Amino acid sequence: MRFLAALVATGLLWAVAWLGAGVLGWNWLFAVAIPYLALFLFVAGVAARVIGWGRSPVPFRIPTVCGQQKSLDWIPRDPLDSPFTAAETVGRMALEVLAFRSLFRGSRARLTPGKRLVIESDKWLWAGAIAFHWSLLVVLLRHLRYVTEPVPALVGWLEAIDGFFQVASPTLFVTDVVLAGALVYLLGRRVFDPRLRYISLPTDWFALLLLLSIAGSGISLRYFTKTDLVAVKQLALGLATFHPVVPDGIGAMFYVHLFLVSALLAWFPFSKLVHMAGIFLSPTRNLANNNRARRHVNPWNPDVEVHTYEQWEDEFRDKLIAAGIEVEREG
Amino acid sequence: MLDKSPEELLDIDWTPPARDWMDPHVDFEARKGTWSYPAAPKNLEYLGFPNPREWSPTDEDWKLPGNWKQVVLDGMRERLAKFRSFKVFMDICVRCGACADKCHFFIGSGDPKNMPVLRAELLRSIYRRDFTAAGKILGSLAGARELTPEVLKEWYYYFYQCTECRRCSVYCPYGIDTAEVTMMARELMNLVGLNINWVMEPVANCHRTGNHLGIQPHTFKDNIEFLCEELEDATGIHIEPSINRKGAEILFIVPSADYFADPGIYTFMGYLLLFEQIGLDYTLSAYASEGGNFGLFTSHDTIKRLNYKMYAEAKRLGVKWILGGECGHMWRVVHQYMDTMNGPADFLEVPVSPVTGTRFDHAASTKMVHVCEFTADLLRHGKLRLDPSRNDHRVVTFHDSCNPARAMGLLEEPRYILRRVVNNFHEMPAETIREKTFCCGGGAGLGNDENMEMRMRGGFPRANAVRHVHEKHGVNLLTCICAIDRATLPPLMEYWVPEVQVSGLHELVGNALVMDGEKPRETDLRGDPLMRPVGEPAETAAAEGEA
Repeated sequence: MRFLAALVATGLLWAVAWLGAGVLGWNWLFAVAIPYLALFLFVAGVAARVIGWGRSPVPFRIPTVCGQQKSLDWIPRDPLDSPFTAAETVGRMALEVLAFRSLFRGSRARLTPGKRLVIESDKWLWAGAIAFHWSLLVVLLRHLRYVTEPVPALVGWLEAIDGFFQVASPTLFVTDVVLAGALVYLLGRRVFDPRLRYISLPTDWFALLLLLSIAGSGISLRYFTKTDLVAVKQLALGLATFHPVVPDGIGAMFYVHLFLVSALLAWFPFSKLVHMAGIFLSPTRNLANNNRARRHVNPWNPDVEVHTYEQWEDEFRDKLIAAGIEVEREG
Repeated sequence: MLDKSPEELLDIDWTPPARDWMDPHVDFEARKGTWSYPAAPKNLEYLGFPNPREWSPTDEDWKLPGNWKQVVLDGMRERLAKFRSFKVFMDICVRCGACADKCHFFIGSGDPKNMPVLRAELLRSIYRRDFTAAGKILGSLAGARELTPEVLKEWYYYFYQCTECRRCSVYCPYGIDTAEVTMMARELMNLVGLNINWVMEPVANCHRTGNHLGIQPHTFKDNIEFLCEELEDATGIHIEPSINRKGAEILFIVPSADYFADPGIYTFMGYLLLFEQIGLDYTLSAYASEGGNFGLFTSHDTIKRLNYKMYAEAKRLGVKWILGGECGHMWRVVHQYMDTMNGPADFLEVPVSPVTGTRFDHAASTKMVHVCEFTADLLRHGKLRLDPSRNDHRVVTFHDSCNPARAMGLLEEPRYILRRVVNNFHEMPAETIREKTFCCGGGAGLGNDENMEMRMRGGFPRANAVRHVHEKHGVNLLTCICAIDRATLPPLMEYWVPEVQVSGLHELVGNALVMDGEKPRETDLRGDPLMRPVGEPAETAAAEGEA
């Protein structure tokens, strides 16, 4: 049911773009108005989320420590899994954001027929996630070709490396294959692993189907349903320089691609995809494990009712005196 | 003891049922043995907590206050504004499933709502419905649920089925910490009177008498005198530790179980022997007579209320710094909360070991040192004479207690000590120790008898690893540095690996420590006879992966 809802939603997006731009010819709407609106929602939405998180203070320093603390000088400590300084904390975050360090701890529990619990290393999720995120980044950077003139050298280098396997014409980009493959893997594990199927919400399916649709339509544009790239670049540059023009000769598949990207951007801030920004604000990862050395201040540290020594002594004075324990007042 | 056999318990199916998780229904009657009794009204009244009443989870009507829904939602709004952790953790989970089989309660029960991701979703679904645009518009399509009394009952079941061990947080790509989510859920439940007695009674006791067990000052002194008599029998050393003594250099605070219950008392004896031998100028306090802090399992305000006594007493007695005993959640509070809540401790000095002169700069602000750090430093400087063969009747493995491992990173200090005080030490498998350590199954206030089935289930992953080293190396002692462990691991071992006993680390220090003027030791601190040199050569500690 949940999968079906996501499938229908994704299908609807395809249909809207195909009908609107391909059949009805509302090109300006799909080429200019919707992309701008989506971009606005993305920027404003993500900013609002980050500001919203930022407005809530961090009352306590609660890192999840994953390595040896700094204590006695002669005990080798773990600066990346138990950072003590700001620089080390940046290092931990970099490792988390760029290399998915925590996912790399991945393991899988298994019960043997003899009912022994076995925990084995399992890096598949890490591999799938790394493959998806990094190839998406490269694909995005390659897209800079459309919105820049002259095209930055970086893009050329990326394309040269990415197209290393010149097995077809146009050159096959490795990241296209990896991106689609990783998405299929991530979708597949949600389908075939009963536990993941159980925890998946419609929006989880939708995110993967939408990303797959974007990748699929993009791959199609490059290798199969080719479109007029000069016109596309004209459109993209116009959008990027805020002088939009809608040239003729752009195929319907391109509008589908652009509309799906717009949908993703618009939905992004309201979905789990904001983890991209949220990871930087996670207090169990972005704080140093130096609590006892440097005091952390809670801006709303409340006054609470306490049981003072005097109250305690008043209640137990006779017993204290009888037991020969020193008291502040004899009676 | 549990009437179900281990075989029955291990009939576990990790494949989720057909029923959608959004259905909150819990059959408390059928699940007896896996939940804890509600708080007695007298404890809530004493502490000034809302809605004290007699009730049972098996009742249809939980006697919630009339405006319960408003109270919970307002409480949620308030906490979202006060804790960035809460807000971020509500928003960024992608349900990747990395945490799913990391929870000991999921592994031991197969109940899908014990997957950390779903435990958090129980709260997240309400958050979405009432605090996010997508949830308000799309409802269940966006994973939103309405808050109903059934949902509160489900919360009671599952948020008092989390030991706040933080193992899942180690594996989460965003560091989402279920302990933090559980703490929020428990705070919200406290607002409408859904609390468990095994948490609230210790809290009320601690507030009044100074310790969880409700031990009054004269009994505190009696207990310690009794332990000193036992000590004298075993070692010939006469010790009279001072209580509430002004002007001592160091205030020493231990979890109350250490001077009350077997096997913690042997750890306590170990501390006393050590301090006697080095001539430490320290005092105990009958007012600050609790290291632990069940406030951690109640609410942030309650942590602060109970923790207040430590600094207050250190100030009143005029000590220079504080030394803390072996306890798990105590050290989460001391390390991550105390200074922020009740500091700054500017009336204390940066701790310096009077024996070695080592300055504990890593505790420069809090001014409180863990006894394992203190002892490791003594050993490093060669200040103690040890005879580890006095522990040769023990083949030891070390259980990293959740909080010293994942809140502090206190991993090497206890191992350094252990390798010097015993000859036979074997690590459990790497996936089950250090930051990946498994919970005892009874932390966070769940270590009560009525919850025994869930404890045995939750403790199964730990017990399974102990059984592994028991069979492989003949391990017969599970050593830990946590008072809750020392209370919950013995029944766990008795159930799963009955050949293995449980001890604290300083019990083994006390056994091995060669003291001036001691009599020849015939027994260890428990009164068990020592294994005197038999032909069998003891394995050297160095063989066991000296890092």
